[in-house]
Amino acid sequence: MPRRTQLKKVLVIGSGPIVIGQAAEFDYAGTQACLALKEEGIEVILVNNNPATIMTDKNIADHVYMEPLELEILEKIIAKEKPDGVIGTLGGQTGLNLTVQLFEKGILDQYGVQVLGTPVKAIQNGEDRNLFRNLMLDIDEPIPESRIIKNLEEGLAFIQTIGFPVILRPAYTLGGEGGGFAHNESEFAELLVKALSLSPINQVLVEKSIKGWKEVEYEVMRDKNDTCIIVCNMENMDPVGVHTGDSIVVAPSQTLNDVQYQLLRTASLKVIRELGVVGGCNIQFAIHPASNEYRIIEVNPRVSRSSALASKATGYPIARIAAKCAVGFNLDEILNPITGNTYASFEPALDYIVVKLPRFPFDKFTEADRTLGTQMKATGEVMAIDRTFEGALNKAIRSLELNVNSLHWPGLEKKTEDELEQLLHVPNDLRLFAIGEALNRGMDIDKVMSLTEIDYWFIRKLQRMIEQEETLVSYQWSDIPSEVLRQAKRFNCSDERISELTVISTKDLRKKYKEISLQPAYKLVDTCAGEFDAITPYYYSTWHGVDEVETQNEKKKILVLGSGPIRIGQGIEFDYCAVQATMALKELGYETIVMNNNPETVSTDYSLADSLYFEPLALEDVLAVIHKEKVDGVLVQFGGQTAINLVEGLVEEGVPILGTTADAINKMEDRDAFYQLLDELEISHIVGKVVSHYEELKHSAKEIGFPILIRPSYVIGGQSMFVSYNESELLHYVERIEADSNGQCWPLLLDSYLPGLECEVDVISDGEDIVIPGIYEHVEKAGVHSGDSMMLFPSVTLTTSIKEKITKIIQGICRKVPIIGVMNVQFIVYQEDVFVIEVNPRSSRTIPIISKVTDVPIVDWAVQVQLGKRLASLTNELNVMREPSYFTIKAPVFSDGKLKGVDHVLGPEMKSTGEIIGLGESLEEAMNKIRPHLPSENLKIFVSIADRFKKEALELIKQLANKNVRFIATEGTANYIKAAGLDVIKVTNEKCSIEAYWTTQQPDVLINIPSRGRERDRKGFYLRELATRYSVTCFTSLDTARAILLAEEPDHIDVCSLTEYMTKEMVKK
Amino acid sequence: MTKGYLMLQTGEVFSGDWLGAMQDTTGELVFNTSMTGYQEMMTDPSYAGQILTFCYPMIGNYGINLQDVESNHIAVSAVIMNDTCEEPSHYQSVATLSEKLEQAGVSGLTNVDTRALVAIIRKHKTVRARIVSQQSSITTMSFWKQESTQELVKTVAVPEYEEFGTGDLHIVLLDFGYKKSILNELLEAECKVTIVPFFTPFEEIVLLAPDGVLISNGPGDPKDLGAYFPTVKKLSETYPTLGICLGHQLLALAHGGKTKKMPYGHRGGNHPVKDLATGKVTITSQNHGYEVIEDSIPNEAFQLTFRNVNDNSVEGMKHTTLPILSVQFHPEAHPGPSDAAYIFQDFLHQVVTRREQACQGVHS
Repeated sequence: MPRRTQLKKVLVIGSGPIVIGQAAEFDYAGTQACLALKEEGIEVILVNNNPATIMTDKNIADHVYMEPLELEILEKIIAKEKPDGVIGTLGGQTGLNLTVQLFEKGILDQYGVQVLGTPVKAIQNGEDRNLFRNLMLDIDEPIPESRIIKNLEEGLAFIQTIGFPVILRPAYTLGGEGGGFAHNESEFAELLVKALSLSPINQVLVEKSIKGWKEVEYEVMRDKNDTCIIVCNMENMDPVGVHTGDSIVVAPSQTLNDVQYQLLRTASLKVIRELGVVGGCNIQFAIHPASNEYRIIEVNPRVSRSSALASKATGYPIARIAAKCAVGFNLDEILNPITGNTYASFEPALDYIVVKLPRFPFDKFTEADRTLGTQMKATGEVMAIDRTFEGALNKAIRSLELNVNSLHWPGLEKKTEDELEQLLHVPNDLRLFAIGEALNRGMDIDKVMSLTEIDYWFIRKLQRMIEQEETLVSYQWSDIPSEVLRQAKRFNCSDERISELTVISTKDLRKKYKEISLQPAYKLVDTCAGEFDAITPYYYSTWHGVDEVETQNEKKKILVLGSGPIRIGQGIEFDYCAVQATMALKELGYETIVMNNNPETVSTDYSLADSLYFEPLALEDVLAVIHKEKVDGVLVQFGGQTAINLVEGLVEEGVPILGTTADAINKMEDRDAFYQLLDELEISHIVGKVVSHYEELKHSAKEIGFPILIRPSYVIGGQSMFVSYNESELLHYVERIEADSNGQCWPLLLDSYLPGLECEVDVISDGEDIVIPGIYEHVEKAGVHSGDSMMLFPSVTLTTSIKEKITKIIQGICRKVPIIGVMNVQFIVYQEDVFVIEVNPRSSRTIPIISKVTDVPIVDWAVQVQLGKRLASLTNELNVMREPSYFTIKAPVFSDGKLKGVDHVLGPEMKSTGEIIGLGESLEEAMNKIRPHLPSENLKIFVSIADRFKKEALELIKQLANKNVRFIATEGTANYIKAAGLDVIKVTNEKCSIEAYWTTQQPDVLINIPSRGRERDRKGFYLRELATRYSVTCFTSLDTARAILLAEEPDHIDVCSLTEYMTKEMVKK
Repeated sequence: MTKGYLMLQTGEVFSGDWLGAMQDTTGELVFNTSMTGYQEMMTDPSYAGQILTFCYPMIGNYGINLQDVESNHIAVSAVIMNDTCEEPSHYQSVATLSEKLEQAGVSGLTNVDTRALVAIIRKHKTVRARIVSQQSSITTMSFWKQESTQELVKTVAVPEYEEFGTGDLHIVLLDFGYKKSILNELLEAECKVTIVPFFTPFEEIVLLAPDGVLISNGPGDPKDLGAYFPTVKKLSETYPTLGICLGHQLLALAHGGKTKKMPYGHRGGNHPVKDLATGKVTITSQNHGYEVIEDSIPNEAFQLTFRNVNDNSVEGMKHTTLPILSVQFHPEAHPGPSDAAYIFQDFLHQVVTRREQACQGVHS
């Protein structure tokens, strides 16, 4: 028996809410690991309070604890479950830090829990900069000149010896948070202070910068018998200086020769051996562009975002294998699941190239600082596979879903030469496209290289792509040689782009492909470059050569569309839905095909579906797979807005869409048609208008009356939504989004804004019957995006009669449309009336949460009804189901420390990147599990409230004053509080006096209710930025502040697994 | 670009675009899965007589340099690629891949679906092929002409002695088409190396008074080199000996073992080999189409030291009493990982031990 036989029960620590730098990749890793452990007959206990994850589904681990990822809670779970071992290297930095803490506090010893896989010593050696540095010096591996700095004086002294530029890297922070470059002393001092405060151990590595060197990563595995292998190496197109999560990455490396490849490979093995890692490890190198000199930049002794990418890029499932190694297997004892006949102790050989592009949130955060550095800013990523770099890059670009399908970024052609050079010189999210623009303008390739420091190889490839476009343009459509089209498609130039350049419709273009028998070929990702027979159906397309993929035709085939890259407003929850849908289909005996392009997710794990097509989710790519596989139907309700947006194009091509029809989906998405439908059903809705120009805007605004909620039509996550209270605010807003969208924002939707209670429902409908697993209440009043609001379930304030009204409304809509599958509806309850504010004819953010806390398999049932089953055959409990006796609170989590310039004020636009859940027998207990830990005595709250909310705020302030809270306020607010007879310290409104106060004595909490938000020059913006900088809890909604600050302490705090909650008594309302 | 065709003896034809010298070329069609190291592969004498298909789809990215050569010539008969980079980027690059091919008079075919080709090779196991400018219907045996192993070895091995280094330990490298990296390993270990042609008689080698003998890699079928088995046997019985690749096979044959053609060989830089003494797996560089048959190894004389994790084939052996080591893989790497470089140390350790014993023998 290879594995440690005494292991019966293992604790896996998850990574918690999605934040920038720690995202879906850990759901993928954790899910794989849990399944790999269960396969060995090990009982798996999982702790993760991220409800959107697949790993927290009850069929992944044996006991799922959706409890806070805190030391005390983990101790309780350990005391209760008594696991034999713990794996902490699968839950990102969170899991790693907690494992080290559990060890250091003696908790693991006390309960006899072994650390499995990589030992704590190795984690410490890899994570603690000083230990790591000494270790590298011991084994003679080069690292940049550096020193661990613990305070400003030390830093200033060290800098005298090494000079500028330097890079700062705080220890133990997420995504390198708080790090950066300094070119002079004042930059250095500012960064260092911040970095020191962000590092939980107050250590910052100050390092001589090697900016401009090539950055290369190696993913390494090691087993306890010291067998080491490289899974994959990856080269960043962006040289050292841009966080690898924000870099354009190719796998394998392209510009290293074998000597250099092996040089770094050998160094990687030396490092992982010296550290003593058992499992996976990521090592980052810098290699000089004009010599073989190299430096080791960083080591992550755990699975990471890069390891998820490497797993998808090679087919080698790192997390799965790491979990097997952790429980005692050696690599040569573990089968390579892709080939099924070779072993995990080999190095994947690729016969394709992988390109990863980061997905940035700047389409939503137009005000953010878009420059890239050592702080990761991307929320997600896409990966594309092809057999040329040009092809893979083109595929990756259209996978981003930024309405861009080539190197041409609309608007860049208007940039001046100086502006363009700036975009090339200072790394930013548009740099790839700026290079395209520069080359298009004929900028000398040497100049592009010197501005960007990007290797010639990449720039020349980009130039070839531009040249390819020029060739296309030079022909009239009528006499375009088929060879030119073939070449364009070999570069995987999108149909949209070819159509633009040759002035022909994409439909005619596709017709032409047929005429000249031009079609994509599909190839396998097999880990071995074709050397062995592979059994795993993991495919990509390329427009050259032979199609080697044989399709099956025994069962009915259903295509499930994934949701693409993680972005704000479309996160991991849709991956949960897509995965659940696929599993449901399999269970029902269908052949399942999944398409997606996000390497971080479970849906792109090739072991999920019968076939995985790792492809862009553009219409052309989806149609190609549909034609190849001859699918019997497509499920579009589980891939978020990405899949919904494809519906029209698919229907035009005659593709059968399952469930709610395309027409019906359109009706829901089109404001006018939707309101008409509600009117027909006599359902109250918000008064709303669609306006197409300024005149109409002013006129309609008058008709509706202020306040008004305004947004462009067809948006995800409340993109560019705003509540305006008067005409000048309204006009100001429209000017802003017009500028941001290059005038593409019209038509705009105007809605009357009602400050009522907001609630939300997910419903499963077969067109006749409905099932409502629950009605959830938002803590914040309408006007805050549902993704950013706190949510209570069961509702505590909705009356039975309101609930009945809601059910009736939903019943009406579902039958009328009809809705077949799922739908999410949001309501406002205002003065005892129920108004529909939004309907999404698809799965939603709340589905994973409610599925888990009610044990209703929402997606499974939705799939079944889409395939023709009646709900009545699935459950006896139609309409609103019984509410549980325990409470669930969902709270949003913001990546506010990561995005400079972004205002995280709550509003109609979504800004959070993730969420956490709190469960409890009482509301207080649930609240306790999601709220920030504030001092229980002498709380200091800084208050600054816009005039129109002062009255409402005063109520809260009075209540808090009774709890011995001390207040500090800006001028107007202070006067108002004083006038009410309460004590308050006044700080004048000047930035300098505010700053002076904050630098000397930070408050515990900031309550700032802004009048406008998202405008950099305003005082409120500055206050919120200060709160972010000093990690001070900040409330921008009185509702949230009230809920959290006035929450009572619970009698007790229990830790319970989901299954335990399920067995608690259900109370029928 | 000029169209060219790759005709397989089994009937398939692949089209592509010519690179390098445009002359029809015949050879055994093989593939290598390494993602880097095309220059090393092309100059590796073991590829003589073979048409090499690169599995990695983008070849030529870092150009051709003056350092990374395994011999002074392009040894491979021809190369087949998917996408060839004509604008390489590397600080050491002095030429493009196609320039090098042209200069060396070697043919290449690019824009070929190499993955499909690999699948065909795997299906047919061993297949001969010919690159042609015009598809031809004549496919007589002479069309698929095959050089004998003797001929191949002769073209790549040294014709006469060559001496390198000034070290204390003297190693004779019996050359069937050695890779320069083998020589470099010995020189780095401060050996004096005399490279002798494969046909050098035992008695002449004795005159060189070596401390150890290394039997090199090389092209072709080891069984065809029967004429040299006695020399190999005597050398290994007389001196500490290391056999690499073909050298390993020759040692097995010389001591009574047997070899056979493999389905499609091992060519790449990712082959896992298990050290049977420690259980540890090492990733090795490999390039061979023949293997030693395990059951044929006289087990009183030899014991297995390494085994391939994937197909269990013999990857190394050592003599139970004599200082003879042999490995099927390439511990000298280039291209590929150098994890197995310790084989040279093991060998040299034996060489040193034997010499010390000999000295003590003299003194006692």
